[in-house]
Amino acid sequence: MTNLHTLRRKTVNVVMLTVTGLCTFFAAGTLVYILGYLFVHGATSLSWDFFTKLPTPVGESGGGMANAIVGSGKLLLLASVFGIPIGFLGGVYLAEFGGNTFAYIIRYVTDLLNGVPSIVIGIFAYTIIVLPQKHFSMLAGGLALGVMMIPIAVRSSEEFLRAVPNSLREGAMALGASKAKAIVTVVIPAAKNGIMTGIMLNLARVAGETAPLLFTSFGNRYWSPGWEQPISALPVMIFTYAIAPYEDWHKQAWAAGFVLLALVLTVNVIARAVLSNKKHVAR
Amino acid sequence: MQAPTRQPFPELNTPAAEVNAAPMDTAKPLPGGASRKLCATDLNFYYGSFQALKSISMEIFANQVTAFIGPSGCGKSTFLRTLNRMNETVRNSRVEGKILLDDVNILEQEVAYVRRRVGMVFQRSNPFPKSIFDNIAYGPRINGTVANRAALREKVEQSLRRAALWDEVKDKLNQSAYGLSGGQQQRLCIARALAVDPEVLLLDEPCSALDPIATAKIEDLIFQLKGSCTIVIVTHNMQQAARVADNTGFFLLGSLIEFDNTAVIFKNPSKKETEDYVTGRFG
Repeated sequence: MTNLHTLRRKTVNVVMLTVTGLCTFFAAGTLVYILGYLFVHGATSLSWDFFTKLPTPVGESGGGMANAIVGSGKLLLLASVFGIPIGFLGGVYLAEFGGNTFAYIIRYVTDLLNGVPSIVIGIFAYTIIVLPQKHFSMLAGGLALGVMMIPIAVRSSEEFLRAVPNSLREGAMALGASKAKAIVTVVIPAAKNGIMTGIMLNLARVAGETAPLLFTSFGNRYWSPGWEQPISALPVMIFTYAIAPYEDWHKQAWAAGFVLLALVLTVNVIARAVLSNKKHVAR
Repeated sequence: MQAPTRQPFPELNTPAAEVNAAPMDTAKPLPGGASRKLCATDLNFYYGSFQALKSISMEIFANQVTAFIGPSGCGKSTFLRTLNRMNETVRNSRVEGKILLDDVNILEQEVAYVRRRVGMVFQRSNPFPKSIFDNIAYGPRINGTVANRAALREKVEQSLRRAALWDEVKDKLNQSAYGLSGGQQQRLCIARALAVDPEVLLLDEPCSALDPIATAKIEDLIFQLKGSCTIVIVTHNMQQAARVADNTGFFLLGSLIEFDNTAVIFKNPSKKETEDYVTGRFG
């Protein structure tokens, strides 16, 4: 009886250990596989021309995606202009002045916005900018990405501001600072590293967004003439090139995917390093 | 058992209505030649519907050390924090009564002005995540009390010297304040409070997180400072009150039970509750 019981326990242990272990392996393995596959295909397709030249017409070999790399940068900059001030100041409100029913509603709405599919946000930007203007533009793409940044910017700013001990606010106010002054001169500087990290991770996340750009910034095979005109972006280029029937376009798409992933990974690693290496750790 | 020495509060034993009817005579000569710095009259304080202070009346004398003792939750910290209006930062709190600072009711003054005149040091040291120099310079900077950089440097040095910390930190003023030991951090907070030249310094259990050596340094400092400052200290440590304080108030359940010369409180208290507490029978 006892032996049977022990045997059953040991069997369950072995089976569960195997199952959970395999699942973990597949979870981590997927990332390793994607990274490896992208590295093999992307790195081999990569050349100096990719960073310096414009895309070539169909049938002509060579060329690069310089316009898409710069375009992605410009779109992210515009998105930051929309998303970061709104998100950051919203986070300041929630962390420092909220706490009542209104703040609860804002927090809830922000979480809902975070769950809105990116293509829906693209449609939103399409409706309020592209339709009235009757043409695609960098403005619409930047706005779509900016809206996508808001919820995470709000919540990460709020979290890091909340993590600042109340004793620092009290200390500042006991020296004659108003609440607003205490927030600006002590609380925000204390949370600065965390907030910056949150913004970097946020940027890295929207850098890979394709759906909201498809019918807002649209894409452009040349240098974009201005912020009122369509502009090229790496994720959209990947989409366009990957579904095209040409072998050399596929190679370009792999290269673009590799570059995008490398940029996002670099930002992630830097952000996490900054976050874990806090010089002034408040207790 | 009657207290033999001075009895500054005959009104303590009279009902609140009578105290209101006959406000304190500010021209009344004070015992021992001491002048009155702070004077609370019939002070009530509420956290929501909970009454934390019940009709407290007390005089605090200039250039003396006044200690508040009593069991946890007796209201001594709450009373201390009303003296520079820090308690008003608590949601739903309410204060009734009068607190005179040199004959002016601080409850009707601008809060920042009150807190500049009545400085505070907290239970846990709370240096800002800034350099040692910037910590001390914070108060003068936000209050605009120094004219130029040279004056600011001088103010920082003077404050650190007053807090007996200068020799230990003069070579690392630009390093983070978090690099200091616990006792040094607490003296840094005292120096930071001194940098705005407060007339009264409130110390809320300043040594409760410190070892005996660091505690001794803070106590030495209190002796030195009372020449230039009026000091009010809340302490859980009765020996500390006996060592540093000229006068001691005993609080119980939101009421000031007894307030007298420290020697009287510890050796010859007039109230049974005080005697029970200082002899360790409860609390």
